[in-house]
Amino acid sequence: MQMFITNILLSLLWALLTGNVSEGNLMLGFLLGYGSLWLLYPATGIESSYFKKTLQSLGFILYFTKELIVSSWRVATDVIKPLPRMRPGVVGIPLDAETDLEITLLANVISLTPGTLSLEVSKDRKTLYIHAMYVINPDDLRAEIKGGLERRLLELLR
Amino acid sequence: MIRDLLVCFFLLSGGLLSLAAAVGVIRLPDLFTRMHAATKTGTVGVSSVAIAMMIHFGEVTVTSRGILVIAFFLLTAPVAAHMIGRAAYRSGVQLWILTRIDEWKTHGVNEQNDDD
Repeated sequence: MQMFITNILLSLLWALLTGNVSEGNLMLGFLLGYGSLWLLYPATGIESSYFKKTLQSLGFILYFTKELIVSSWRVATDVIKPLPRMRPGVVGIPLDAETDLEITLLANVISLTPGTLSLEVSKDRKTLYIHAMYVINPDDLRAEIKGGLERRLLELLR
Repeated sequence: MIRDLLVCFFLLSGGLLSLAAAVGVIRLPDLFTRMHAATKTGTVGVSSVAIAMMIHFGEVTVTSRGILVIAFFLLTAPVAAHMIGRAAYRSGVQLWILTRIDEWKTHGVNEQNDDD
């Protein structure tokens, strides 16, 4: 977090130095600041996880966008087809996420990808019940969510 | 030229997705599957239109508003869908007859009794 704020300050500094506060120039300043921080951080010895986290966030955003587009396409085509090939079902997913924040974010992300809708977290906070539109095999769905969304989200948060 | 094509692409796909969402609300069999169509295909549709708007105007004020529109949509839509789905399930709305499994019912039945 500290590194992130430093990075934003560096980009502001770049914009002021070049005398041009446009979004493109701020972006360039951010990239330059990121590069110089990356060069300098071994000397400071603080918060080295910042660079790993930014890469992971970018990866997560890309992965999430891909999922969003692929699965909304699937739902959209299915809605229009004469005979929908839906196999809806309610599936319980065992949770590795523990804190409130992790569970909330995971439930939100699951709800956002079309085809799955989170319904309820069990009392012991071990299971998340989701309604899915395509349940061919519940175990496959579980593996897909645990190995895809949950693993990536937890990598990012921990 | 390329910019116009991009704007056309995002506007058209956004419109078509929103149309699919609307058709889905009518065609799909039960509340839960309808929620899928209404919330998520709709979210992607609106985001797509907002992206088209940002590309078309290309100004800082418009772009920042577009990003905020998408961000708030992504934040609020799943919460609303979750609350509606949960409330519906708890108040006993029937699942579609072809629904394959209901693990909440089979595994979570004891918990639900605790609540009553």
